[in-house]
Amino acid sequence: MSHNLQLNAEGKLKHFLTIDGLDKALLTEILDTAESFAEMSGHHVKKVPLLRGKTIVNLFFENSTRTRTTFELAAKRLSADVISMNIATSATSKGESLLDTIRNLEAMFVDMFVVRHGTSGAAHFIAEHTAPHISVINAGDGRHSHPTQAMLDMFTIRQFKPDFSTLRVAIIGDILHSRVARSQILALNTLGAAEVRVIAPKTLLPAYVETLGVTVCHNLTEGLKDIDVIIMLRLQKERMTSALLPSESEYFKCFGLTPEKLEIAKPDAIVMHPGPINRGVEIDTRVADGPQSVILRQVSNGIAIRMAVMSMAMQTQGAT
Amino acid sequence: MKRILIEQGRVIDPANSIDRTGPVYVADGKILALFEKPDGFEADSVIDASGQIVCPGFIDISTRLRQPGQSHKATFQTETKAAAAGGITTLILQPDTRPVIDTPAITELVKELAENSNYRQILPIGALTRNLEGQELSSMLALQEAGCIAVGNGGKPISNLLVLRRAMEYAASHDLLLIYRPNEQSLSNEGCAHEGAFSTRYGLPGIPETAETIALSQCLELAELTGCRVHFGQISCRRSVIKIQQAQKYGLSVSADIAAHQLHLTENDMKPFDSVYHVLPPLRSEQDKLFLRKALMQGTIGTLCSDHQPHDLDAKLGAFPETEPGISALETLLPLMLKLVDEKLITLSQGIAALTQTPAKVLRLESGTLTPGKSADICIFDPGRRWQVDRSTWYSKGINTPYWGEQLTGRVSATLQSGKIIYQGVFHD
Repeated sequence: MSHNLQLNAEGKLKHFLTIDGLDKALLTEILDTAESFAEMSGHHVKKVPLLRGKTIVNLFFENSTRTRTTFELAAKRLSADVISMNIATSATSKGESLLDTIRNLEAMFVDMFVVRHGTSGAAHFIAEHTAPHISVINAGDGRHSHPTQAMLDMFTIRQFKPDFSTLRVAIIGDILHSRVARSQILALNTLGAAEVRVIAPKTLLPAYVETLGVTVCHNLTEGLKDIDVIIMLRLQKERMTSALLPSESEYFKCFGLTPEKLEIAKPDAIVMHPGPINRGVEIDTRVADGPQSVILRQVSNGIAIRMAVMSMAMQTQGAT
Repeated sequence: MKRILIEQGRVIDPANSIDRTGPVYVADGKILALFEKPDGFEADSVIDASGQIVCPGFIDISTRLRQPGQSHKATFQTETKAAAAGGITTLILQPDTRPVIDTPAITELVKELAENSNYRQILPIGALTRNLEGQELSSMLALQEAGCIAVGNGGKPISNLLVLRRAMEYAASHDLLLIYRPNEQSLSNEGCAHEGAFSTRYGLPGIPETAETIALSQCLELAELTGCRVHFGQISCRRSVIKIQQAQKYGLSVSADIAAHQLHLTENDMKPFDSVYHVLPPLRSEQDKLFLRKALMQGTIGTLCSDHQPHDLDAKLGAFPETEPGISALETLLPLMLKLVDEKLITLSQGIAALTQTPAKVLRLESGTLTPGKSADICIFDPGRRWQVDRSTWYSKGINTPYWGEQLTGRVSATLQSGKIIYQGVFHD
C-alpha cells in the first residue's frame, strides 16, 4: 500500500517518500532528469518556468540547513513560489497536531509539501492524509528514509562511475540511526550495484541489517578492500552518551577514514559524505579535502536532483 | 427466575469432556441439567441452537475497557456489549486505568461501572505496586477483599528486582496470583515494532525478544524463590515459550496466555506505517508465531485472550511510532480461535478450553464449565457463519483492528451470563 502510495495509476511519481518499491527505470529517469537540470545550472543560474504559479511549502519539523536551502533553491529555479516553515515540535505534539498543521496549509492552496520530520513514517502519514492534488516530498523522516539525499548520491556516483553493475560500495558508520544509509542501500541495490558493504561496530548496525541486502563487516581495514565508492556517515555526539560507543577518539581509530586507510580501497575510489562532516571523528581533514573527495559535488548535485523530483511529481499533478 | 431451554445444539464442555448434541436446561441462573430433562422442567423461553455450538461463556484474561479515565476511547457500556456479542461472559480488567486500580475505592468504582452496564462479571486485576510505578507495594489484601481477582503489573516494567521480590513474597503470603507481562524497559526502550527485518527496513525503533525473555527469566527465578503463583500475560516470542516449558518441567507453578492476534499476524503482515498494527508486545517473526502455535497445541500455554485495547481515532492518527499501541479485539477473539481449528492446529474442544476451562483454572473461578449447579455462563455460536467486520456488525467503540473490513468466520448468536440472556443476535435495549 505504502509502496504504491507514491505512484499514480500510470506508475509515475506522485509523491517521493522512499526508494522502496521504485524500480530501476524510475530511478534512472530521476537521474536523467537531474542531469538535464545540472547541465543547465552548470553554466548559468537559470530559471525554468516548469512550476510557475505553483506553491511549495517546506515543512521542517527538524532543523536542517543544506537540505532546506537546496530544496528552496530548486523550487525557485523551477519558478515556484516557495515558503519555508520551521516548526518547532515539542515531545508531546502528536499526529493530531501534525494533521491540523497540514489541513491549515492545504487551505492556503498549496501544491506540494516538502517534509522533514524526526519520526519514521511522518511523510507517509502526511501523504496518506493530505488532499489528493498535493504532492509530498520526503526530506527525511526519523531513521526511515531520505530519498533525495540517496538520489543525489547516486547521481554523484554516476558522474564518476557510470556503470553501477561493477561497483562495490562501502557505507561506513552509524547505519542504525541513518535514514540516508537505508535509502542509499535500497537505491544501490535497485540500480544493480555489485556489492553494498556496511562497515560499523555492532552497536551502530540494525539487528537484521543483512536483510537489507548488504554484506556486513566490523573492521574498516578489511572492509575497504576492493571498494570503488566510500560513503562516510556522520556520527552524532549523543551516540557516546547512550553507550553505543566509548569515545570519539576510539571511533576515529577504528572507523575514521584516514589517508592510510583510504589507500586500502581501489586507487580511483571516491569518498562521499552526506554532511555535515565531523572532521577528526569519522573523517580525516586530509581525506575530506583531498583529491578523492566528492563531498562538495554532492552538495551542488542536491539542487538538480531536487529539481528533478519536484518537477516529475508536479507533472503527474497536471496530468490528473 | 427464568427457565431457559437451549435445544438441538452441539454441547462442548471441555472441563467435563463433553461433546454431544442435546438440550441444556438453565434455571435460577444456573445450569440445571444437560441432555436429560429434569422432572417438571418447563421452559419460559427456548433457544433453538441447531447447527450451533453450545459451550461455556468465555473468560477473557486481559482486557481494557478504558474506564475510569479514558471514556473518549471506550466505556463499560460500549465494551460490555462488544464482550457479550463476542461470547465473553467474564472480563478480567488490567489495572492500568486512570487512576490506576491500586486502592479499594477504585476497585469499587469499577464494580459500580460494571453494575450500571448490566454486565456483572468484570473482575479487575489490582496493581501490584502503587500507581504501577514499581516502587511501593499496593494494599494487595485490601484490593483482594474489594474484589480484585489477582495482582499485576499491567505491562508496566518493575525495574527494581527487590521491589518485585517483596511484592511476590507478599502476594504469596496471601495466596494471590500474580499476572505479569514481562517487559524490560531498558531493552524495549522507545521501541514500537519487533526488532527484525521489518523494523530494520522501515527505520522503526525495535523491541528485541530479550526485552520480554529477560524480564520473564527474572520473574521465574523470583517465583521459585518466593513461591508466588505466576501467570505470564501476552507472551510473544519463541524463547519465552522455551523458558516457560523448562520452568513447568522443573515443577514451578506457572502458566501463560497469548493474545489471539499473535497466533495469526507477524511482522510480515504489517503494512508499512499503518498504525493499526502498532501493538505491544509487537507482532513478532514467523518463527515466533509458529512456536506460540506449538505451545498452544501442546498445552504449554493453555490460555487465549483478546488483550483488548480500544482506541479513539486520534490515538491511531499519526506517524507510526507516535500512535498508541493496541488492538480492539473482543469481537475477533472467537473467529481467531476458530481459525486455528480450521487450520487443524487445535481441536474445537481445545480451542474452547483455552477460552474457558484453562483461564478459569488459572484464576480459580467456578465458571468455565457447563457442570450442573454452576452459574449459567453460556456462549452459543455458529462456527460456520461468515461476517464482515464493519460498522454494522461491530459493537466496540474502538475500531482499531487489523481485521476491519475483512470477512471472518464464526459468530455468536446468543450469550447467557448467570442465566440471563445478555446477547441474542442483537441488543434490545
